[in-house]
Amino acid sequence: MSDDQVTFTVDDVELSAPKGSMLIQATDKAGIHIPRFCYHDKLSVAANCRMCLVDVEKAPKPMPACATPIMEGMVVHTKSAKAVEAQKSVMEFLLINHPLDCPICDQGGECELQDLSVAYGGDKSQYTDIKRVVFDKDIGPLIQTELTRCIQCTRCVRFGEEIAGMRELGMTDRGDRAVIGTFIAKSVDSEMSGNVIDICPVGALTAKPSRFTGRAWEMQQHAAVSPHDSVGSNLYIHTLDGKVNRVVPRANESINEVWISDRDRFSYQGLYSDDRATRPMIKLKGEWVETDWNTALQYAIDGLQLVIKENSVNELACWISPNATLEEHYLTQKLIRGLGSNNIDHRLRQTDFTDQSFAPVMPWIGKDIESIERLEAILLVGSHVRKEQPLIAHRFRKAFRHHQVKISAVNPRKFKWRFKTSHELISSAEGMVENLAGIAKAVGADQANVSALISAASVDEGHKAIAEELTTAGEAATIFMGNIAAQHPQFSVLRALSHAIAKQTGATLAYLPEAANTAGAWLAGSVPHRFAGGSKANSTGANISEMLASPKKALITFNIEPEFDVANPAQAMDAMDAADFKIVINNYATEAMKEYADVILPLSAFSETSGTYVNAEGFWQSFKGAVSPLGESRPGWKIIRVLANLMKVDGFDYMSSEDVRNEVKEQCRELQLDNSISVDAPIANISKTDGLQRVGDVSLYSVDSLVRRSTPLQLTKDADHNHAAINSTLAAKLKLEDGDRVSITQSGHCELTDIRIDNALADDCVWLPAAEELSVQMGTTYSPIELEKA
Amino acid sequence: MTDEQILSAHTLEEIAEWESRYPPEHKKSALLAALNAAQHQNKGFLTVALMDAVAEKLELSKIEVYEVASFYSMYELNPVGRNNIAVCTNVCCMLMGSDTIVDHLEKKLGIKMGESTEDGRIYLKVEEECLAACAGGPMMQVNHKYYTELTPEKVDEIIDGLD
Ligand code: SF4
Ligand code: FES
Ligand code: FES
Repeated sequence: MSDDQVTFTVDDVELSAPKGSMLIQATDKAGIHIPRFCYHDKLSVAANCRMCLVDVEKAPKPMPACATPIMEGMVVHTKSAKAVEAQKSVMEFLLINHPLDCPICDQGGECELQDLSVAYGGDKSQYTDIKRVVFDKDIGPLIQTELTRCIQCTRCVRFGEEIAGMRELGMTDRGDRAVIGTFIAKSVDSEMSGNVIDICPVGALTAKPSRFTGRAWEMQQHAAVSPHDSVGSNLYIHTLDGKVNRVVPRANESINEVWISDRDRFSYQGLYSDDRATRPMIKLKGEWVETDWNTALQYAIDGLQLVIKENSVNELACWISPNATLEEHYLTQKLIRGLGSNNIDHRLRQTDFTDQSFAPVMPWIGKDIESIERLEAILLVGSHVRKEQPLIAHRFRKAFRHHQVKISAVNPRKFKWRFKTSHELISSAEGMVENLAGIAKAVGADQANVSALISAASVDEGHKAIAEELTTAGEAATIFMGNIAAQHPQFSVLRALSHAIAKQTGATLAYLPEAANTAGAWLAGSVPHRFAGGSKANSTGANISEMLASPKKALITFNIEPEFDVANPAQAMDAMDAADFKIVINNYATEAMKEYADVILPLSAFSETSGTYVNAEGFWQSFKGAVSPLGESRPGWKIIRVLANLMKVDGFDYMSSEDVRNEVKEQCRELQLDNSISVDAPIANISKTDGLQRVGDVSLYSVDSLVRRSTPLQLTKDADHNHAAINSTLAAKLKLEDGDRVSITQSGHCELTDIRIDNALADDCVWLPAAEELSVQMGTTYSPIELEKA
Repeated sequence: MTDEQILSAHTLEEIAEWESRYPPEHKKSALLAALNAAQHQNKGFLTVALMDAVAEKLELSKIEVYEVASFYSMYELNPVGRNNIAVCTNVCCMLMGSDTIVDHLEKKLGIKMGESTEDGRIYLKVEEECLAACAGGPMMQVNHKYYTELTPEKVDEIIDGLD
């Protein structure tokens, strides 16, 4: 036995475990169950519930297994009379103040207290006095409190401190009056807050949206994958009566551990919104009529073929959601290409395509998610990772807590992080380029396509400090390009500079793919210049920017709302108007769609279809539908397959989505993933904005149609975007004060709103996120904007 | 508002003094002393604004400060009279007749334990712990001072001498 292993005996079984482990860790590993409430293997040890008491030979009193380090030769009994007696007493104490309201408690049937009291408790209490009552607090739209049930295990408090990085819940007061809460009336606002629902061993913290809707034992559990961000968090969908009733995490250490973001947990609330499309619809003489699939499909095909015949097949275009499944992407591009067009794109929020033919086969982080925890230096380029990929930010935080990883950022705003950053360079879009060039110069990088930029750069202390961090960390450093970078007007320049810095310092160049299946969309060929598997297309079709600038005559949109999901909503809506025939395949049928579309084909939601997502580490995750399609909606791969069959396009004889996936797999078999980019890749021109520049990201609860319809998420603080923000220097210049009404004009469209003053912004920048009511009629972020007092 | 405006110069000075005794990454250690100073500045009780200011000063989350302030009985979280009187009613003092003292005080001041006089002069605190002067019971603490071997007469004298 090596030095760092310890041998001991539990219930007559000899075990060995690493020195320093707590007894409960060792027994958990060995499959010996010890009851517990406060212990949680992702949280620090509090040892306050005492439920884990066991009998350790030679120890005078029972010992808490969660806080007793194993010792060589230790002899432990978990079921001896002494242990059983201790467990029984603790159980009795815990129940003194716990209400016996299991019949009306949402946790009933999946409650650790209920289970353990059956297994370890007595059937009578000696306590006859009045139980205490704790008043509930309203801590926001996601979590319901029922604090009389709390057993003060403090898991929720430790979760906030250690995992979420926001100490929001606490235990105030003392002794028999100690209560969990926020003390002052306040909502809990972490983007991962919902996890306290799972870790709370009792029914003190339960999910507000699904409260009183069903019993755990009535629901069915189905494995699923998150449709919102590129982490691809593993989920369980719990269904009741054929409907999605709630979503909880499915543990996967290498991806989401045991956590999920609030977005993944509560977005399902948007599934059954009133505007869900449940029947095919066609527009006949300006009137919408619901019809059957055959009629709708025939109508769609006739319309398409007419436009193609009257013009050319080059007039056929498709805009597809990056959250669509791999199968949907693959079949859609195969259909468009089968008809003879290459005009398909999923990069809807991107504006710079200069270097697209040099782009990697798919954007990914270049390593596995777990390895992020071992990084020593991180440079974020255009990323609000905490809200864009919350569980990646969680890995950053772990690395920070563990070994103070150095994290720096080049961003348009000083975001609020849950880790300390060492340097944040905040500026307008072109300033980001200058800052990155400064860092490149400071590390001594040179690269053909950006050498002029680098040599012209001026280097300041911040650049030097970041350069130093990256150089010192070398291979243990990673440069992450986030969503803001992908949406940046000089994405190609940021990419080239990041590449140069990575090359010079030995750092990895990583992309945080923008959406749930951005990586899969690239692999499946949902781009105008490449086929599936990344091979060069026979000819390059129009990218989304080109399709906006010179609109096509026939358009298929796949699960998007252009006014929210496309970089330039004003242009997108004009492009819609300019098209003669529009097929909308969507989960929803909105008023806007009814304005512009000719056919609406109801699409099954992520919970109703089988499919595959490829996550940020390049991992393919397939899933099956949890419930049947709502109404007459159909899974996307089936809709496209039938369209192709009816249009007599060859090669659409798939029997299942697995057939489709296997075909894509086959085409990706030879792929070597590599994030590096040629040093000769062309880069975009750098345009300087005179006057004010609009900057912004896409809020985490506005990223796709599903979250935008989740009422509980829309009620959180994170969804509050009905304002614009500027820094105090600009405010002084414009004579504005916090809360003043202002008018904002962009692309000829004017909106009135409140202004907030926030010094997290750079000079001459106006923060106005995309995909919000305020911005849906405007142009692109990172372009000129006018602002004046209203 | 920032902490500078809420916490007085004197309070800030005192906090700084305590902070200097601990390593910079353990600012939290100065929390009890900081709350004492803040409470003192505010004539005997803490407000949420004061606690928030202390949190900002010591770089703690607000809830951490609320936890500590609500845990210890020496912090008052509601407005109370400026003279803080705590009669020990723990076992030893009770045996020595603390009930009489409490009755006397309540009658004299026209308030119950846990209340303050209307003029804001006196607060009768519910003391929960033994004040460690058992040998001199019954006893009470007036502001920071201990008075032992109390009798109703002695209590009158002490109370009447308060400002
Ligand atoms: S609310 Fe739940 S998790 Fe929090 S302390 Fe109480 S029982 Fe534990
Ligand atoms: S689990 Fe060990 S004391 Fe709570
Ligand atoms: S019991 Fe009163 S001081 Fe100890």
